Parts: sequence; structure tokens; C-alpha cells
Amino acid sequence: MTELAERPAHPAVGQPLPHESAALHATGAAAYTDDLAARRHDALTAWPVQSEQAHALVSLDVRDALAVPGVVRVLTAAEVPGVNDAGAKGDEPLFPSEAMFHGHALAWVLAETTESARLGAAAVRVASEPLPSIMTAAEAIEAGSFQGIPRTIRRGDPEGALAAAPHVFEGTTLIGGQEHFYLETHASLAHVDSEGQVFVECSTQHPTEAQHVVAHVLGVPSNRVTVQSLRMGGGFGGKEVQPHGFAAVAALGATLTGRPVRVRLTRTQDLTMTGKRHPFHVEWRAGFDDDGRILALAATLTSDGGWCLDLSEPVTARALMHVDNAYWIPDVVVQGRIAKTNKTSQTAFRGFGGPQGMFVIEDILGRVAPILGVDAAALREHNFYVAGQTTPYGQPVRHAERLHEVWRRVRHESAFDERRARIVAFNAEHADTKRSLAITPVKFGISFTLTAYNQAGALVHVYQDGSVLINHGGTEMGQGLHTKMLQVAATALGVPLESVRFAPTRTDKVPNTSATAASSGADLNGGAVKHACEQIRDRMATVAGRMLGIDARDVRFSRGRVSGLGTTGPSVTFAEVVSAAHEQRVQLFAAGFYRTEGLHWDTEAMQGSPFKYFAYGAAACEVEVDGFTGTYRIRRVDIVHDVGDSLSPIVDLGQVEGGFVQGAGWLTLEDLRWDETEGPGRGRLLTRSASTYKLPSFSEMPEVFNVHFFERATEDGVVYGSKAVGEPPLMLAFSVREAIREAVAAFGPAGHSVELASPATPEAVFWAIEAARGTAATAGTVDAAAGRSDAPGRAGAADAERRLVPFDR
Amino acid sequence: MDHIAVTVNGQLRPLRGVSAHTAALDWLREIGLTGSKEGCAEGECGACSILLATPDEHGGTRWTAVNACLVPAAALDGQEVVTAEGLGTPEHLHPVQARLAEAGGSQCGYCTPGFACSMAAEFYRADRVPSGAPDIASGGDAAATTISADAAADAAHGPNGFDLHALSGNLCRCTGYRPIRDAAYALGDPEPDDPLAERRTRPAPEPRTTLLEVDGERFIRPSSLDEALRVITEEPDAVVVAGSTDWGVEVNLRGRRTPLVLAIDHLPELRAVTFGDGVLEIGAALPLTDVERRLDGRVPLLDELFPQFASPLIRNRATIGGNLGTASPIGDTAPALLSLEARVVLVSGEGEREVDLAEFFTDYRQTLRRSDELIRAVRIPLPLARFTAFHKVAKRRFDDISSVAVGFALELNGDIVSSARIGLGGVAATPLRARATEAALAGRPWDLDTVRDAASVLGSEGSPMSDHRASAEYRSRMLATALLKLYRTRRGTRAEEPA
Repeated sequence: MTELAERPAHPAVGQPLPHESAALHATGAAAYTDDLAARRHDALTAWPVQSEQAHALVSLDVRDALAVPGVVRVLTAAEVPGVNDAGAKGDEPLFPSEAMFHGHALAWVLAETTESARLGAAAVRVASEPLPSIMTAAEAIEAGSFQGIPRTIRRGDPEGALAAAPHVFEGTTLIGGQEHFYLETHASLAHVDSEGQVFVECSTQHPTEAQHVVAHVLGVPSNRVTVQSLRMGGGFGGKEVQPHGFAAVAALGATLTGRPVRVRLTRTQDLTMTGKRHPFHVEWRAGFDDDGRILALAATLTSDGGWCLDLSEPVTARALMHVDNAYWIPDVVVQGRIAKTNKTSQTAFRGFGGPQGMFVIEDILGRVAPILGVDAAALREHNFYVAGQTTPYGQPVRHAERLHEVWRRVRHESAFDERRARIVAFNAEHADTKRSLAITPVKFGISFTLTAYNQAGALVHVYQDGSVLINHGGTEMGQGLHTKMLQVAATALGVPLESVRFAPTRTDKVPNTSATAASSGADLNGGAVKHACEQIRDRMATVAGRMLGIDARDVRFSRGRVSGLGTTGPSVTFAEVVSAAHEQRVQLFAAGFYRTEGLHWDTEAMQGSPFKYFAYGAAACEVEVDGFTGTYRIRRVDIVHDVGDSLSPIVDLGQVEGGFVQGAGWLTLEDLRWDETEGPGRGRLLTRSASTYKLPSFSEMPEVFNVHFFERATEDGVVYGSKAVGEPPLMLAFSVREAIREAVAAFGPAGHSVELASPATPEAVFWAIEAARGTAATAGTVDAAAGRSDAPGRAGAADAERRLVPFDR
Repeated sequence: MDHIAVTVNGQLRPLRGVSAHTAALDWLREIGLTGSKEGCAEGECGACSILLATPDEHGGTRWTAVNACLVPAAALDGQEVVTAEGLGTPEHLHPVQARLAEAGGSQCGYCTPGFACSMAAEFYRADRVPSGAPDIASGGDAAATTISADAAADAAHGPNGFDLHALSGNLCRCTGYRPIRDAAYALGDPEPDDPLAERRTRPAPEPRTTLLEVDGERFIRPSSLDEALRVITEEPDAVVVAGSTDWGVEVNLRGRRTPLVLAIDHLPELRAVTFGDGVLEIGAALPLTDVERRLDGRVPLLDELFPQFASPLIRNRATIGGNLGTASPIGDTAPALLSLEARVVLVSGEGEREVDLAEFFTDYRQTLRRSDELIRAVRIPLPLARFTAFHKVAKRRFDDISSVAVGFALELNGDIVSSARIGLGGVAATPLRARATEAALAGRPWDLDTVRDAASVLGSEGSPMSDHRASAEYRSRMLATALLKLYRTRRGTRAEEPA
């Protein structure tokens, strides 16, 4: 085992601890960015002037706004001393002259109160000259509207393999987007201090990028700008790059007025202005042999990137890399491209394209299993990677055996076969209600695919009383990163958890950080914190060795005491060693650094080993579907997930459960609707509030929810043998979608494919049931009383059936 | 205006700096109580939940969870509220906070203070009884009637009697809810010296007459019904509010402002529930939660409706008068009340008049109510139809707006449908009676042929639209299947007795 993965005796890592801020959360004492603003009565509020056109040339007249009582200033392009751009790609003007989507912020009004800022924004006159707009990926494909660089992953001879395959299926799959709906909307608070330094409190996953954007908008060097991310009320990727224009607005306002300026989006502003999970349009052909083995896949994935590039290139690339999910596909070609549409700029969202990639293969397997006459669970298992195989992009699938073990364990924990038999009996007795139990796997690559991002820094101080303060580059969005980092530091220094504190993430403590994203926060920052702690510990060991009369190499730090090997010798306290070290002028603070070893990636060829390792998991989900309405409920979920040796089991359990429910929301409930008509409202987001965009509530919680961690799972080469956990569990939710698909199928005769829309809302499920029953009518086994009317079922599933005709030869 | 004041966490705080349109949430945050969060500003997420001291039926006080984003700050004049900060501190956690914290019930923590307040309201519910308690009433051998707590707890109730629906108006984006449920189900009873438990034994604060005027905008809580009627006669543009669960959304999301907000929720004439001779009268300004408690299951159709109406946070403030007065085609009380043949009692300075609810809605968001009238009550004729049901179709099971809602009230004479009354929501510009379907059922045998025929008629009632909630086609189909589902799932259960 590598030193990085090895745990000492009595480690603080692995202890089941609640979130470090849990008591503060529950009592309302935990402060978030806008809570700081509420305590600053001198702060001005910024309010956006939003476009009411999907695409138009605009010009502004702000005179009426300045006449509104309380309005102090209106920020426009003319006020920008530096670069008028809010992003990293140079395609996001902060104050645009061309409105690129309905809701686009054109200018910002600063005022004494929220009310006057709102009225001021309403008073800005916007003259616009409408331009043609594109609302969907399909429209963009038709119009040839793309952005960024298209990429292809290819292995073998997929065209030849498809031509020779005994069974070939083809189809078009539309994958819906998802709104992050972090409970805390975007917020920034900026002020300029007595020395002219700009200090920005920002709800961001990426303080360093916020710092860079603020600096280039203000036209000042980065050393004039400090960004702090106290804690976020949820991020999920939505605060990886999207906060930085808002931070720049606050900083610009503070610089120009000399007053603190706050930006806090209302829910509707957040929904209409900020990016979401990318919807995808996918065309595919897949070949199978007579045994149900996947022979080949050819797919073109078009992501709907919205109005600017943002993170669409890496998101689309990760989708391509996850089209295989857990399955060996010998010959494959997947092409990815990014549609440019007049919508919000779609961005990072938990899984970062991975979920959309996996959707493709899981959808294919779910659809073709009945036609191949193979049980879907068996079809999946049959195609798993085995040891020695590589992914389509050339990375060996290390620990492929874990996939098989996880799968077996889920089948066992969920009593899969017995319950399936009971479900068959239940369905035979119930004409109007059907149940199903489905199981799906996850294999998810861990590391930023941009190799340079796989580095982190930390700063650890040991004070003279033996207390420890840690700083690191990672941000806290609820995922429990700080909890884990406290555990890592306490373990590395051998001190009780209570003697370690962390300070909020800020760019003047640890510079040049990566976004807290890609599930990598604990891997990267844990490595850096450990590195810093070990430097201090090694220096203290020299001091302690002299105190104890032993060699420094034999000194051990554990639970606040410092001793030699064995349990019977003398010992001193950690604080005593600290005190002695200070007397002897030994440095008691250190900067730590970590870089993930062994990564390489050729972006042009789309080949290499971009991931440190894969996270594995599987879920078995039972649903019940109501044939009258298409509504469904999740009756039971059993999960086995591979988190390595958990750093913090309560935290990891929370990530698994929360990720699963969020994934279920994406796949079944959360429905983004845009006005796609040619009318005056074209481009308007219709689901622009909590009453129209529904995320999972208690009613979507699985009634029985069993989560197990994969055991004896030490991940070598990662901090204390752990694995990343933020994103992979989201994709366990494909088990919900596949269970719904199989329950829908149970309304009709066996052997017919079911196509489900995305999201599979009750309405979508109802139409799928109607289509299944339509199949039933043809087969002459209809339950005449099952609630069918004479009206034909809506198109969709029927069309899918046509597209799914196998080309048997 | 220091005479306008609220008791917050045991401390009297003057309502300085608030206007008629300031939400309680904004005022609380302004005075430094930033534990309450804005997540949506429309009563959907519960991040702003606080506890309000409201009167119970026995002269004591109930801690009622409400959405602070919808309650006007001025409406709290003279009242008592408790926020998450008032429940406990990080050093001295309240039991609900301790359970939430140790169970992993918080991740990002933004929704947690709101959950703590909703959970505390259920913690202090006086009639919350552990389901594992022996069933004394059934008598007989005590050992035989004692049931295990786990066996008795259904999916929505803990062994401690905690009703999970109490949290259905709170959203969490991080946890997936399981640890929050477990925290709730691990709660015991309040300690004997718990000050908030003790507070329940004394009366709730009396409603206070309030006049707040800032920048030409007024909030008035009149002293009597007569005064309220005088005000709306003189100022027909006044916005009349009870729970403000609808008006609060207009103010927050659509920027609506008005010169005068008139609060009528405290007027006793609008808060009564009376079973009279051949009629049940329900006060228009009584929160739905209180209506549900006072009816105590005697109107099975409404009993079926209440849990499906928004969330407890909303039902603790929302009223029948508000739901009918706002005349939304997707309000949930209208379809139910239409099927019960309810009548609306309107009062003005000139006296009262009564109109059939089926005539009350005249167009999209338009009613027969004149600007000088208040909805005082609804009247439901007795005896009730014996076979009733409320069907609601929505994307999400808890706390969602209807795509389609159907109220059924059938009277069966033997196996013949002697009368059918069906109310519909979500399929036209107004709620409406499905009269053609009613005719298709009346006088016919209650069997599959009748139901199929009537279902196809029902499927053509109204003129549904397609929107972000559902397509027109789905809405029509849901009407038809509602009747089939009723027949298939309930044909054997006609046990509901008249009140």
C-alpha cells in the first residue's frame, strides 16, 4: 500500500461524524453570503435588467432609472475599466449589446434597497432589434448552429461490426436538462477596504476563478482581489463557473460607489439567468449478437450548450467517455458536438455529462432487452467489463471485478430473485397497478479530465497551545469536505478532532486552486492537507525524539499524545512537544501541495488515462406504477456503492442517498419547459419558479432505503484509502427509470419495447402505458376494463417501436 | 410606530422600518435573525419556516409552522413567533435540532432552520401520540392489543406518532430526506420544563387592531366586521387578505403593490364551523388546518382533500375564502365544494346574500363578489352524499398544483345512481360542474357499462389547455380515468356515513 493510502492506529478518518456545521445549520447560526449582507446596513443592492427577447440587438436608456428614489448608479458596459467579460472563454460579455437569451442580464441597477433597485431596473428602457433564435438542439442541428470543438472517441471498426451484427437497433434519444435548485441562490457581497483591496464574499465552488474574473473586469492584478467562499447553500456544479459574473458586478459596483454591494438573485432570476444540466440529443445505432452481447455502438451526441461555451466542451467530452458505463463495447464510435442555442448557458451539474453519456447505453439496453428476449438485468450483467479490458478511450478498467462483486451483493441485499417472483405474482393479480424491480450499475471516472486541474494546496498552522488551524483550497457546499479535512488533519497530526479548526476558503490563504468539483475535493485537498500536516509532524518528531530519548523515526502521534513504539514507554502531550518546538525555533506551520499522479490525456485523439480510478456502484429499485394516471412511487431501493475506505461514513452516506434522489428527480420529475413557439414569449423559461419546477420532496424519498458501502475497498494511491463520492451515486438513479420502464411493460404483453420520455413524468409514463396497452390490443390480450378509451395513444412510444425494428439477418 | 411590535423568541421587537408589503421574513432578517432563509419567496420550499403562536380549541396555544415569506410583517402585530434561533443555540440544541444534527439531517444547511421549525411544530402537537401505545379503547387482553411501534408506524408516520406530512412543505436538495425522516421519528416528547411546551397551556395572543401606514401604503387589521365592510365600501381597490398565501406570492414574485391591504383573518364571523339544520357552514377566513380539525372527519370528501392541498405550512394560513376568492381554475377546494353543492355567503354593508358556487365563478379569475362584499362563509347542504372522492393528478405527490382535480359526490339507491355531482378543476378558465357527466350517470345502474359511458362524457368536459404542467390531451384523459379509477378502486366501499 502507498503511504498516502495507509491509515495509522486510531485514525480520526473513518469515524461516523455529523457535518462539522450541523449544530450551526440546525439553529440558524450558520452564516451564508447574503446573511453577511443582511448585517451590513450600508450595502447597496444590485438588480438586473433582463432581456425579454430570446435574441436581439439591444440599446439601453438608463435616465429614468436614475430618477427612481434610492437608485444610486446603473452599471453598463461603459463603466467597465477592464475586460467586459464574465467567463474564462472570452465569449460571455458581462454587459452585452446583443441579448442572447430571454432573461439575459443587460445592465445592473444599484440602489439603497431591494425595492428601489427593482423599480430602478424596471425603469431602464431597452430598445431591441429582434434576431432569429434557436431554442432546441434539434433546431440547432437543422440550422448548423454549433460552438466549440467537436470530438470523437473511436475504437475498432464500428461500421463494419454494425454491418455484420445479427441484430441492429437504431433510435433517437432526447435527454432532458435539470435545474440545480441549490436552496441558496447565487449571492455575492463585495467591498473595497482602506488599502484599495477588493474583498468579495461569493457563494462559489471556485474562488480562484472568481478572483480572476473580478480582476480582469476591474482591470487590476489578481493580488488586489481576495475572494472568500464561506459556505454555500448547495452547489451541485451550478456554482463552478456561473457565480463569477455576479461577483464581478458586486466588485465593480463597490469599486465605483465606495459602498459594499450585494447581489442575491431571486429564485426566478436564478432560474432564468443561470445555466443548467445540458439537455442532449442523441442518434445511435447498436449491434448485438444472438446471446445479447453488445458488438458495436455508433452514436452522435449533441449537447445543448445554450448561448455561450462555458463548460460545454468538457461536459460533452465526459459524456462521450461515459457512454460505455459498465459495459465492454468492442467496436465503437461516439461523436460529440455542442449546439449553440438561445438559452441559459448550460454548465456543470453533478456528473458533468457522465449521466447523459450513461443514459444512452442504459436507455438502449432497457429498450432492446425485450426484443432480444433477454431479461434486462441479465443483459446488463452479461456485458460487464472484465479484468484486462480497456475503455473506448484506452484506459484499463482497473478493479473491473468490483463491478461484479457490487452487483452480486446488491442482488443479495435486495433479495432480488425472491422479490421479482413476488412482483410477478402481484402483477398477475392487479390489472391497474404494476410493480417492477430493476437493477443498474455505475462505473464513473474520477479526476478532472483537464489534467492541470488535478492539483491542490493547503496551509496548516499549529499554534503554541497545540491548537491547529487548517486552510485549504476546497469549498464547502454541503458535501462535508471540511468535515473530512478536519478528520484528515487530526489523523495526520495524531490529535483529537476538537483541537483542529478550519478557516473559510479564501484566495489570499491558498492561491491558484481548482474548482471544488468532479467529486475530487477530498482526494485533492485531503492530499494537500495531509502533506502540510506531515511536514509539521516530521519536524515535531525530531523534537519529541529528543524529549523521549528515542530516534525520531520511532516517534508516533496519536490522540493528542506523542510516544515511541509500543504502549509502555514514556509519552508527552502534543502541546508539550509544540511548546518545546517553539522554544527550539522549529517551524510549526506548513504549506501542503498535492498533484494526482499518473494521469495523461490526449485531447485531440481522445485517448489516454484521464482518470485516477473508477467509482463503482449498483442499485436495485422497486417502483409501483398506477395505470390510471401514470403516477408512480419508489417502494424500496438497495444500493451497494464503492467509496473505498470511507473518510467519513455519515457524510458519504449522505452523498449516496442525496445523489440518488437528485438523480431520480432528473430522470422522472424535474421538467424544464421553454416557450418554443414563434410567439412573443419565445425563449421564455416557463418553469421559472418553485411552484412550476418541482424537485423531489418527501414523496420521492424511497419508502425503504438501504445503502451499503462496498467492503475491504481500500483505494491505493488516494488519501487514507478513500474514494470520491460526490457524483457517482447520482447515476444509480437509472434503476428508477428502468424499473418504471419494466412496470410500464407489464401493462402489455411480454416481448415489447417500451420507450420512456425524459423526464419520465406521470404524463410521460401514462402515454407509455397507453402505448404498451396498444401493443396489447394488437396481441389480443387486452384487459377490457383497464381504463382505455377509444382514443389512440399519443405518438411517441409507437414511433419508437417503429424505429426499433430489428434488422435481423 | 413603536406601538406595533412582535414578540420574537421571547423578546418584544418593534416593527420598525416595515411597509404594508414587507414580508415577515425580510423583517426578521433585517433585525439580525438570518436563520430564516429565502429559498423561493412563494411558500414552496419552507426555508423560511417559523413558528407562530395560534389559538387551539381549548383556550390554549398551538405552535403553528408558517412560511415567513408570505406573512406580512404587519400581520404579526401583537403576535408571538419563534425562529430557529429561538428554539436553541449551538451550545444548547433544541431536541429537534439535536436529532437533525446527529442524524446527518443537514448537508448544506440552508433548508435546515426551516425544517427545524416545521419539525418543532409537529414535536409540540398536543395530540401526537406514539402509535405503539396500547389500544385501550379496544379493551380485552392488554397483551394482545399492544402492538409494536414499528409495526404500527406506516410509511408516513413514525413510531412516535410523528406525521411525516408535517414536513411536506419543506424542500431539501442535498440529503434525499431519509436522515431527516429518521431524525423526526427519533423524537421523544417535550421535557416537562420545556418553555415552548409550557407556553401551550396559556392562551394565544389576542388579535390586535392594526393600522400601519408607510409612504402612502396601509396595512389595516380592522376591529370588527362592520369596520372591514366600511373600509372596502369606501376603498373598493383594497386587497383583502386572510392568510396571505396568494397575495404574498403576488407581492414577492410579480411585484404587485396596493395602497391598502385589509386583513380579515381574525374576524370571528368568518371563523366559525357550525353544523346546522340541513346545512354545514364553514367560515371563509379559518385556516384549512383548523377547518380540518374542527370537521374531524365528518366530511369525508374534504378529509380526502386536505392532505392533498399544498402543504401544512400553507394550510396553516390558507383559507377557503381565499381559495375561492382568488378564483384560480386550479385551486383545489373548488372542485370538492362544487361536488358538495356548496353555496357562497357574501356579506356587505347591506346584508348577506347566498350564491351557488357553480354560479360564483364568471370567468378566468372573475367572480360574482362585488368589491364591497366579503366572502363570509360557505354552506354545504346536509345530508352529504354517501359516496364521495377527491382525485388530484399532479407531477409530484406532495405539495404540487393540480394538473386536474375532480370532486365526486354520488348518491346510490341500491345499485342505481340516484344523483351525481362532479366538480372539476384544471380543465377550463374556471372550476366547473361536470353537468353532462352527472346526467350520464343519473338514474343508471352503477356498473362498468355506465361508468365507461360516463367516463367518455367526462373526458370531453371543459376545454383543457396544454401548459408546463400537462398537455390538454392528458388532462382530458385524466378526467375520464378518474371515474374509472373511482369505480375500480372504490366500488365496494360505500361506507362513508353522512355527518
